[in-house]
Amino acid sequence: MGKQLDAAERYRAGVLEYKQMGYWEPDYRPKDTDVICVFRITPQDGVDPIEAAAAIAGESSTATWTVVWTDRLTACEKYRAKCYQVDPVPNTGPDAGTDPQYFAYVAYDLDLFEEGSIANMTASIIGNIFGFKPLKALRLEDMRIPVGYMKTFQGPATGIVVERERLDKYGRPVLGATVKPKLGLSGRNYGRVVYEALKGGLDFTKDDENINSQPFMHWRDRYLYCMEAVNRAQAMTGEVKGTYLNVTAATMEDMYERAEFARDLGSVIIMIDLVIGYTAIQSMAKWARRNDMILHLHRAGHSTYTRQKTHGVAFRVIAKWMRMAGVDHIHAGTVVGKLEGDPNTVAGIYDVCRDTFNEKNLPHGIFFDQDWASLKRMMPVASGGIHAGQMHQLVHYLGEDVVLQFGGGTIGHPMGIEAGANANRVALEAMILARNEGRDYLAEGPRILQDAAKHCKPLEAALDTWKDVTFDYASTDTPDFVPLETVTV
Amino acid sequence: MRVTQGTFSFLPDLTDEQISKQVKYILDNGWAAAVEFTDDPHPRNTYWEMWGHPMFDLRDPAGVLLEVNACRKAYPQHYIRVNAFDATNGIESLKLSFIVNRPDEEPGFNLHRTEGPGRSIIYTTHSYAAQKPAGSRYG
Repeated sequence: MGKQLDAAERYRAGVLEYKQMGYWEPDYRPKDTDVICVFRITPQDGVDPIEAAAAIAGESSTATWTVVWTDRLTACEKYRAKCYQVDPVPNTGPDAGTDPQYFAYVAYDLDLFEEGSIANMTASIIGNIFGFKPLKALRLEDMRIPVGYMKTFQGPATGIVVERERLDKYGRPVLGATVKPKLGLSGRNYGRVVYEALKGGLDFTKDDENINSQPFMHWRDRYLYCMEAVNRAQAMTGEVKGTYLNVTAATMEDMYERAEFARDLGSVIIMIDLVIGYTAIQSMAKWARRNDMILHLHRAGHSTYTRQKTHGVAFRVIAKWMRMAGVDHIHAGTVVGKLEGDPNTVAGIYDVCRDTFNEKNLPHGIFFDQDWASLKRMMPVASGGIHAGQMHQLVHYLGEDVVLQFGGGTIGHPMGIEAGANANRVALEAMILARNEGRDYLAEGPRILQDAAKHCKPLEAALDTWKDVTFDYASTDTPDFVPLETVTV
Repeated sequence: MRVTQGTFSFLPDLTDEQISKQVKYILDNGWAAAVEFTDDPHPRNTYWEMWGHPMFDLRDPAGVLLEVNACRKAYPQHYIRVNAFDATNGIESLKLSFIVNRPDEEPGFNLHRTEGPGRSIIYTTHSYAAQKPAGSRYG
């Protein structure tokens, strides 16, 4: 612990170590009302990890680099963030061939934050510290939001339960596909893909993240043709269908204009990209709640700061913020597809999206219990390099409340888009039927799919085309924890 | 055409044995099974007629199948579905819903377009069958 200083020494002009300024309090017990963060810190060579951790607490709350007398005009004890625990990260340090890394736990008083504002909370917590010189790298691994603060956020505009009720789809994952090629199709051609995929059995189609309003297809044209396709597909199947109309644009005014047009055309869902920013996301979430709209979020850009283990913000934290901000869908990993996704890390992220209470689960990267204060549950979306032949694995890893998006796996089908959609839907329904019957569907998966393919040519063709496609690479973002020995009595 | 509402409409029609296994799954989860029927298959027709209340206290799949078959006997040319209600806090909604009976002929839907301002169109979906009075729509 920092040497105890009396007030005169503490506030004498000059520079003190952060740990002497009150930002390191190993005896502190976090209050139920505190916001708690755990950071992974990699100090510069020779920097004391405790001092580095105290600096994080200081710079993300009240401190600056030197002592200021104006602290004494405030209840500064309360406003100081307090680092109360620093643990070495398992499997790091010279023996592991890495820089030593530490988990630093920091508690923040509730009064540091404005109610219902992701922008304010993040401006404190990630605003200033990630470029701090005494650290080589810094990562925000997880956060515990106190119930009182959680309750000031709207949460998902619609939520899993109401989304299912509006769509009349129960008991199985929802199926979608992203229209491909993502750039270049005219509005008329684009709508063709939407129509074929929805008629063939998908519930949703989706604009890609960078489909906004380009020379080859302006947004109004896309929306009009897409809604023709959605309504035609609904009439052909008797089922509710939807297409995520991307309203991402340069300004809020543009986004509201696009969202209103989508609403007036009868769309059940719109989408936004993460790159529009936290405040814009919260604005759109409130708009979605007012307008009975499901709000899909494409996590465009996140890997720039979520993927590397030593620096940035873990995606489980982004998922927490987005559930608080109020989106209904979030891309959250596939485990088996083409994009980053360690099974344990993905399981932790899915729990953040879907549970009403998260229990601390270090193997899944969940550092704290988290009570969601009845914020609605958010639907995770699995997208990127998945196909019908993996259906047993997808249901096993991702469960039932998830949107499975087969873009290439639908549009790239050898017999066409409608057949591709059909193959995915039949594979899914056959797998859910088998699961509910109590079969060991993970082990028997290939068999179940082969049997289903006997009455579905498109599924047979899909299984033949993609039978050996897997994306088996080492994950970069995996939890670090010491497995606890289970005591058996 | 084939109305593809419900969890298993893309599979061949379920046999009674398959239905029983799904009902067992419902009951093993502690959910209540319910039988509902309609002759208006509009995709946004939420409230099908209830064939009695959800069977909250029934724990034997055979009992549910009995109700399915009684409903089939009374309404052989209607859509009939089995719903599962989960009362768990945070869900309090359906967990499964699948069709167990459908008419021999499904004439499908007409998509009616009303041209609006600009190029916008107001779409209305009409079931061809539902143009006849309730009760005399199928067969």
